[in-house]
Amino acid sequence: MKVTKDLVAASATPIVLGILAEGESYGYAILRRINELSGGELDWTEGFLYPLLHRLERLGHVEASWQAVAGERRRKYYRITPQGLAELAEQRRQWQTVVDALTQVWPLLIPQEGTA
Amino acid sequence: MTVTDGKDEVEDQFVQWREYVRRRPELRESDADELEDHLRETVDGLVALGLSRDEAFLVAVKRMGGLDDLSREFAREHSERLWKQLMFTGEPADPARRGSLYAMLVCALGAAVSIKVPELFGLSFADGAMFYPRNFGLFTLPWLAAFLVWRRRPATWVYGVLAAMFALGAVVANAYPLGDDSQSIGLVMSHLPLALWLLVGLAYVSDDLRASRRRMDFIRFTGEWFVYLVLMMLGGGVLIAFLYGIFDAIGVSADDLIENWVVPCGLVAATVVGGWLVEVKQGVIENIAPVLTRLFTPLFTVALLAYLAVIGWNGSGIDVDRDALVMFDLLLAVVLGLLLYSLSARDPQAPRGPFDVMQLALVVAALLIDALVLYTMAGRIAEYGTTPNNTTAIGQNIVLLVNLTWSAWLLFGFVRRRAGFAAIERWQTLYLPVYAVWFWTVVLVLPPVFGFR
Repeated sequence: MKVTKDLVAASATPIVLGILAEGESYGYAILRRINELSGGELDWTEGFLYPLLHRLERLGHVEASWQAVAGERRRKYYRITPQGLAELAEQRRQWQTVVDALTQVWPLLIPQEGTA
Repeated sequence: MTVTDGKDEVEDQFVQWREYVRRRPELRESDADELEDHLRETVDGLVALGLSRDEAFLVAVKRMGGLDDLSREFAREHSERLWKQLMFTGEPADPARRGSLYAMLVCALGAAVSIKVPELFGLSFADGAMFYPRNFGLFTLPWLAAFLVWRRRPATWVYGVLAAMFALGAVVANAYPLGDDSQSIGLVMSHLPLALWLLVGLAYVSDDLRASRRRMDFIRFTGEWFVYLVLMMLGGGVLIAFLYGIFDAIGVSADDLIENWVVPCGLVAATVVGGWLVEVKQGVIENIAPVLTRLFTPLFTVALLAYLAVIGWNGSGIDVDRDALVMFDLLLAVVLGLLLYSLSARDPQAPRGPFDVMQLALVVAALLIDALVLYTMAGRIAEYGTTPNNTTAIGQNIVLLVNLTWSAWLLFGFVRRRAGFAAIERWQTLYLPVYAVWFWTVVLVLPPVFGFR
């Protein structure tokens, strides 16, 4: 199964904000986490994730800081801001509406939703 | 599987990969850092799964996908970068860039202060007469050279040579007994800045004096610096127009402030800032000089060919007085400039195309015109004898003629597939010291030879 581009694009912001709400993180770890959460179904590219992170940073939903790691490398960590948390809550409300509607329309197709 | 560490090899590959990333205007230094960290993490993850380091590197790079796609995505988010006006949003965490910003500010301030120092000794712009035009290059170019040397950290003797030559320039500009309306003073005023500019060139290439590529970089630097300077002067013009206007509106005359402070200090500081912009923003506007060249090469070619056709049709000789000779010198210089800047932007591996043929036509047309000019000029010198001006004009002509003749020959070989492109580039970079020798000869030797006439 492959998740369509539009759906990936629509869900990207809430997923990233959700992951950052768990604690600050950096690009590679975020990709791993997404992979883990979706059982490998959501396969984001770097070309998708990093520009998205930069956009969220520009919008003020996340803030970034550079931290030194082994050798001369430095790593850019992202942290969610209060504004980002508000955005996450709003996105969550919208997604909840969509999911509620879908569960009513497709009661038989997704029976396990009720118990999960 | 062979058990090799391969650590160094992989490190080399990382360096190479970074090189590729650096060439993308859409990707900044910080993006490169972020992506490199990602790549290294991926490699480490794959090594943990049992791959060797170089295998892991290949897989990781492949997984990251083509740089084309990657930078397109980045460009979409960072469309402002395509405007490249990022100078003051530079990465605060980058100490090297910070350092060069401070060095630039110090040098620009130094230039601005130095042009006001003579006033303390009673030489104002109004009655200093020839003092400022004579010394103009000396107020700015040493500071630009200082900034470049600060960045390059060359061998100690380079500092000595630069200091000595700038001092020599100062001596020539001020100690030579040049009358205010002698020809020699005109020569010194026009050629000293050029001679000093080649000292800036020495500072520019000082970390690798023999490298041909480095000298080509200096040629590029010159073009970009000039473009920046013109842009800054346009901006400065707008600023000054507003200063006049808004102060006038409150009944205060800003003339004195503008003429004695804003214009001179701004101008000398701008030359240093221009150098800094080119250094820090390499790859930013670096396409402008070549683009201008591409636009104007066909136009100049057509114009010169038309000129030749008209001469042939009318059978008229060129009426050469000194001004005309200077103009034809400048024409050769422009043709050389068009040639240089299209060389500087050309991919050495690119195949020959119609543009190369057009360049050959341009150079040959310029040479033919110049041959006519020199022919007429020879008669004139026999008639009137030599003066500092016509000696310089003829000498300049010969310097350019030699360069263009050999360039034409090399271009001809290139178009005929006999010779490689590298030969043309090498010829131009080898020729740079010739200009230096010539300009310094004009400045140092000609005035005494002609008794400071």
